[in-house]
Amino acid sequence: MTTTTQRTPEQTRQTPIPGRQVSPGIFNPRQLLVSFPDALRKFHPRHQLRNPVMFVVWVGSILVTVFAIGDPSVFTIAVAVWLWATVLFANLAEAVAEGRGKAQAESLRKTKKDAVARLTTGETVPGTELRIGDLVVVEAGEVIPGDGDVVEGIATVDESAITGESAPVIRESGGDRSAVTGGTTVLSDRIIVKITTKPGESFVDRMIALVEGAERQKTPNEIALTILLSTLTIIFLLAVVALQPFAVFSGGQQSVIVLTALLVCLIPTTIGALLSAIGIAGMDRLVQRNVLATSGKAVEAAGDIDTLLLDKTGTITWGNRRATGFIPVGGASLDDLVDAARLSSLADGTPEGRSIVDLAVTEYGRSAEPTDREKTGEFVPFTAQTRTSGIDLGDRRIRKGAASGFVLTGETRRVVDEISAQGGTPLVVADNDAVLGVIRLSDVVKPGMRERFAELRAMGIRTVMVTGDNPLTAKAIAAEAGVDDYLAEAKPEDKMALIRAEQEGGKLVAMTGDGTNDAPALAQSDVGVAMNTGTSAAKEAGNMVDLDSDPTKLIEIVEIGKQLLITRGALTTFSVANDLAKYFAILPAMFAAIHPQLGGLNVMGLHSPNSAILSAVVFNALIIVVLIPLALRGVRYKPASASALLRRNLLIYGLGGIVTPFAGIWLIDLLVRLIPGIG
Amino acid sequence: MSSTAAGLLQVGFLLVALAVVYRPFGDYMARVYTGTTHSRVERAIYRTARVDPGSEQRWGTYAQAVIGFSFVGVVLLIILQRVQSVLPFDFGRGNVPPGMAFNTAISFVTNTNWQSYVPEAVMGHTVQMAGLTVQNFVSGAVGMAVAVALVRGFTRDQTDRLGNFWVDLVRGTLRILLPVATLFAIVLVATGVVMSLKSGVTVDGHTVATAPVASQEAIKELGTNGGGVLNANSAHPFENPNGWSNLVEIFLILLIPVCLTRTFGTMVGNRKQGHVLLGVMGVLWSAMLAVIWTAEANGLRPLEGKETRFGIPSSALFADTTTATSTGAVNAMHDSFTGLGGGGTLLNMLFGEMTPGGVGTGLYSILVMAIIAMFLAGLMVGRTPEYLGKKLGRREVTAAAVSILAMPTVVLIGAGIAAILPSTQGALNNPGPHGLSEILYAYASASNNNGSAFAGITVTGDWFQASLGVCMALGRFLPIIAVLCLAGSLARQKKVPVTAGTLPTTGPLFATLLTGAIVLVAALTFIPALALGPIAEALL
Repeated sequence: MTTTTQRTPEQTRQTPIPGRQVSPGIFNPRQLLVSFPDALRKFHPRHQLRNPVMFVVWVGSILVTVFAIGDPSVFTIAVAVWLWATVLFANLAEAVAEGRGKAQAESLRKTKKDAVARLTTGETVPGTELRIGDLVVVEAGEVIPGDGDVVEGIATVDESAITGESAPVIRESGGDRSAVTGGTTVLSDRIIVKITTKPGESFVDRMIALVEGAERQKTPNEIALTILLSTLTIIFLLAVVALQPFAVFSGGQQSVIVLTALLVCLIPTTIGALLSAIGIAGMDRLVQRNVLATSGKAVEAAGDIDTLLLDKTGTITWGNRRATGFIPVGGASLDDLVDAARLSSLADGTPEGRSIVDLAVTEYGRSAEPTDREKTGEFVPFTAQTRTSGIDLGDRRIRKGAASGFVLTGETRRVVDEISAQGGTPLVVADNDAVLGVIRLSDVVKPGMRERFAELRAMGIRTVMVTGDNPLTAKAIAAEAGVDDYLAEAKPEDKMALIRAEQEGGKLVAMTGDGTNDAPALAQSDVGVAMNTGTSAAKEAGNMVDLDSDPTKLIEIVEIGKQLLITRGALTTFSVANDLAKYFAILPAMFAAIHPQLGGLNVMGLHSPNSAILSAVVFNALIIVVLIPLALRGVRYKPASASALLRRNLLIYGLGGIVTPFAGIWLIDLLVRLIPGIG
Repeated sequence: MSSTAAGLLQVGFLLVALAVVYRPFGDYMARVYTGTTHSRVERAIYRTARVDPGSEQRWGTYAQAVIGFSFVGVVLLIILQRVQSVLPFDFGRGNVPPGMAFNTAISFVTNTNWQSYVPEAVMGHTVQMAGLTVQNFVSGAVGMAVAVALVRGFTRDQTDRLGNFWVDLVRGTLRILLPVATLFAIVLVATGVVMSLKSGVTVDGHTVATAPVASQEAIKELGTNGGGVLNANSAHPFENPNGWSNLVEIFLILLIPVCLTRTFGTMVGNRKQGHVLLGVMGVLWSAMLAVIWTAEANGLRPLEGKETRFGIPSSALFADTTTATSTGAVNAMHDSFTGLGGGGTLLNMLFGEMTPGGVGTGLYSILVMAIIAMFLAGLMVGRTPEYLGKKLGRREVTAAAVSILAMPTVVLIGAGIAAILPSTQGALNNPGPHGLSEILYAYASASNNNGSAFAGITVTGDWFQASLGVCMALGRFLPIIAVLCLAGSLARQKKVPVTAGTLPTTGPLFATLLTGAIVLVAALTFIPALALGPIAEALL
């Protein structure tokens, strides 16, 4: 229906990449080395107690070490060493995940240094002693000392320290572009900032705490999963402890070392070791995309979103209406109409006016620059009375404007109505009262939006477009963009009512917003993403802030939330599925001596009982290291229906989890059997 | 007709019969538990017991009522056994010894019906009829009440009320168990089951014990109780005279557990939810039937321990059904089964009695397993896990975990201690792997409230009487408390609407997942123990 003809550079920057998947984070094996000291520190029992699964391994390692000292042999010492390695690898996974945030925190800390605040009273205080309500003067070249709102003046601000975006942004008093962040630099002009946060609770402080994972609390799903993992651990503990009396009954008492090795292999160490790394890395992925979440809970909630409220303007469409067509009427030629439209807009600085010239230039080969004769024309600006604007050139009075400013024929009226019905805005063009035709202004939907909404639909998320437009226009844009529903002529309280109604039905709602009047709705929604360009009120109300101020970011946030849960679920499944192979490795090794027929279960053809048990232990430890990159990156996520996702993940991590250890343990055994004293 | 063909024909008959009653009976049970009117008899009972049938209970009160009622049942049953000598129809069998009375009381109240006694030598008709039979009815009704309370947890929205235990108990007994048991007691008499108040009949100088068998036989199977009136249980010609009575008994065992899936589907407003559970139960029941049947047909001495009038297929069918339903009635000697066949019956119990499980217990057990499966599945699709419109958070997972943990804990600790007690060696008929299987079987049977005996083990010693009694009680009531707590926390939640992002729980994918979860949990927990028992035996 409509085509864009030109894009301003700013618009290009914000273009969402259609169908973009959550991209993997970077993992450098060097990180393992760098994090080693931190990993060692985590051997402290207080730290181990936080993770029930790994605590059992930790206790098991001590137990085995004691028994290995009492009965030293290559086998017993090797088992002890590898059990400690299992704990170490778990520590390492967590340390690596935390390490990635630490570097970021360091660079953020630098922004906090040496900020000195000049109060309007003339006093000078360190930035760390500012109180809420203080008025601070900041001039070009100075660092803004704290978070606040511009109450006077306008300035360009370099926010690259926070956002990484080098292009300066404009901050001005009043309106929705008034918020400034402590640590950013004013490049030009002078502003007065009213401080809105206490020192130590500023945006940068929160960001530092976030990336360092210092305030990391377990999320609800993580707690529930930990309970399940603890349950599995207890079951296996019982199974292994009860095995000893059965073994005694059968005449084959087992050593504590072998039983502990079996226990450690059975309990879900893989997921237990990686669980907190997955959580930290999930938050980190958000930070990498320049999104700050106030809590991990909000990230998890993002994966559960049922309904997404998106503002039409700026999110779904480019924001300003653009000329997309010329329709001549009453015998006027298309050329006449294009010429008149161009003329009337040459001196019109509004985005609409510029877009008319753009269209005449790109589609009809007209000149963008006025000729010398055209420059003599007198521009007639828009007034509320005439509701038209245009140019007086010699005796020609060329006007363009809303239909109500002209006397229309039946034909023109039909064209005007048709454009309105399609969601466009008609501008009538007349030359000395003779109507030449109509310019169609349309709200242009950003490319790729339809695909993204289709993806969201596949994920089971309903999108609702919120717009102040009349229902007719809203419907047309909604149909073009492919959203599921729309809320037309929406006032802030309508948005609020919609959120409440959805929540009443048990649904989780996400939205983006930037204005102060968005704040209540942001607070009410389950996931509220505030734009960094927005007001402090909006940023306070939401539970996430997007530093890029890209409203389509919400879609990525949802994907990251889902990816976080999927990674946990997939690795849990993998971990439990691994146990089957471990039984096949260890049970024959333990009991073939008393029941030779159980040797038949040694399907991997493992060399000896000792090599079989050690291989299983080694596999169990190494798989943690192998999976660290996956835990940090998250499993691959592609929007799809719940059933499709489950089928895929069950195949890869369930079936894969059954098969992989058979191959892994067999391979390790080929090496282990070469160790003197084991083979 | 070959024995295999006859067996298949029986299975066919059984399935057709169940299919015919599935809808009407399942829906009838749903009406029983959702109806608002009370019959005259029920009102009289409520008046006498001072129960307000209109008031509903929170999960804690509901659980207290279950425990309190069961505790009183145990006490009464112990008293009844201990004063048997003064009761009529005791035939001079005297008072039941204390350990045995304790064990038996718990056994019947927990719907286990583990029998450490020889009925025709120990129990008179009064204790049988006024004690054991009464518990056969009410213990079944208790299981159903708990299941219904859990289903209400799913169907209700933002309430802390789960229904009224006393109403559920009375309705389950009077409207479901009593009428069906009465009808089938008559049917069983028609097939030749004995119904007599005499102590026995003397034929050619041999006295064969008799009892009011048919009336107890019907509820023994219908309530998935399994405690025989005569020691040989359903292998005894007076309890189970022929192929037809055998088929009727198997039908009765499966009737309620199977139809409850329909009741569940009807109550949650989506019958497919019930069908998928039935599908999972059916697949595992059939698979284990195939295992036991094949193992027995190919055994070294195929007919050892089996009644010739039933043959291998009917024995396998009965053994599979009785162990998969927490019934425990037997028509053959499971101890004589092959390593694989006997292991199959053991595994059936270790699945946690949900394929299809006992009356009510089967439904709530499989729902708990579904919650665990859906928790993992939910994570794997990237949403906070939910099942039937309820989120599975910390409280729900904890309750489900406790419920699942109870049985393995009790089995492994009980069997573990028993295995190393010096006295155990003397109680066993067999050494080695088979002996271990016998111990495992006894504790699995008690802890899962099955009650079938592998036999081959003398369980009248104090240790066994006491420990098995404790196992039965813990195996019954720990999960019940956890399940009611789960129900309470589910009912409090707001219902989550089904959206396009909801993982469907009605298709083959969910069925596969649930089947996998049941098998995997049992396998991972018990493989080490099984390796030294049935697996070592089967691989010989």
